[in-house]
Amino acid sequence: MHEMSIAQSLIDILREEMAKHNAGTLRSVRLHIGQLSAIVPDSLSFCFEVMTSGTELEGAGLIMETIPLKGTCRDCKQTFEIQDYTFECPECASTEIDTIAGQDLSIVEMEVD
Amino acid sequence: MKISVVKNILEANDRIAQENRAIFDKKGLVVFNLMSSPGAGKTSLLEKTIDGLKDHLRMGVIEGDIQSSQDAERIARRGIPVVQINTGGACHLDGNMIRDTFEDFNFDDLDLLVVENVGNLVCPAEFQVGEDFKVMILSVTEGADKPSKYPLMFHESKVLLINKIDLLPYVDCDIQTIKKEALKINPHLTMFEISCKTGEGLDAWYSWLKEAVRSRGVDLKGK
Ligand SMILES: Nc1nc2c(ncn2[C@@H]2O[C@H](COP(=O)(O)OP(=O)(O)OP(=O)(O)O)[C@@H](O)[C@H]2O)c(=O)[nH]1
Ligand SMILES: [Mg+2]
Ligand SMILES: [Zn+2]
Ligand SMILES: [Zn+2]
Repeated sequence: MHEMSIAQSLIDILREEMAKHNAGTLRSVRLHIGQLSAIVPDSLSFCFEVMTSGTELEGAGLIMETIPLKGTCRDCKQTFEIQDYTFECPECASTEIDTIAGQDLSIVEMEVD
Repeated sequence: MKISVVKNILEANDRIAQENRAIFDKKGLVVFNLMSSPGAGKTSLLEKTIDGLKDHLRMGVIEGDIQSSQDAERIARRGIPVVQINTGGACHLDGNMIRDTFEDFNFDDLDLLVVENVGNLVCPAEFQVGEDFKVMILSVTEGADKPSKYPLMFHESKVLLINKIDLLPYVDCDIQTIKKEALKINPHLTMFEISCKTGEGLDAWYSWLKEAVRSRGVDLKGK
């Protein structure tokens, strides 16, 4: 259940950003969840709900979008979607792949009042 | 009002991990994060490795468990410095927990520090602790479908130790399938087949580890 610690980090960042923007209520927050990250969106929602209930963040919607894995081949510079977690270039079969999307867990947008 | 943020949710932990790493680097200490599902053989591997390399490098261990100090006691019996962390429920170690152990070690007396993570094939791979590299163990009793079911850890690890090969005659597990699946996810993975019971395959792991420590500029005694 590391969604608990993820939810805590998320809440810390949200509080910080809200203070920065003098915001009183959080309506919603949009997250990008990389396909390779080991997060279960439902568990994260659940932890977030439990941990924010009774606080100024209560009731905020968590909008989560799963970001597919993408890589760039260092040899032929091709960019492609990584299928079945296979880190091999479909163009030239090189295994020198830089992951460019689908690994991170990030906040992209907040809606506040 | 909409605010665009773009922040990595794990950045607070990543930052602490980087600070840990800077301290390890300054002390010339090589650190690896040892991960596996519960019971795959992390502590057994450490017991063997301590014995196998005691004339070559000075090792310290951080033991992470949800509860109990049994693993730390097993390591302490070998006479090397060990600190037990009890996460009290958390399924992984994080940068902060590692930092809290620093006062219990004298890093000047160590060449290699191993962090035995909480037994779990999912979460530990998501949290850096300041390690130079990650090592994971998969035992043959867990089955060959694990790489594709738990891709993150296989992707993040530098070494995969396939343990309990002494049990191969009794389980339906094809090592070639494990290797093939793991290499798809991580084509640069270094793999060893080992048994912590019979000792088979461990010499190759010891050589690799010695070389990894040496290649980071640590002077080993006894070569
Ligand atoms: N047959 C066989 N048994 C092994 C081998 N390696 C470890 N074991 C046994 O597997 C069990 C678990 O080993 P541990 O080393 O405690 O595993 P661990 O990964 O440290 O376990 P946790 O810290 O609880 O997650 C013990 O009973 C070991 O004796 C092996 O290579 N072959
Ligand atoms: Mg153990
Ligand atoms: Zn977890
Ligand atoms: Zn290519």
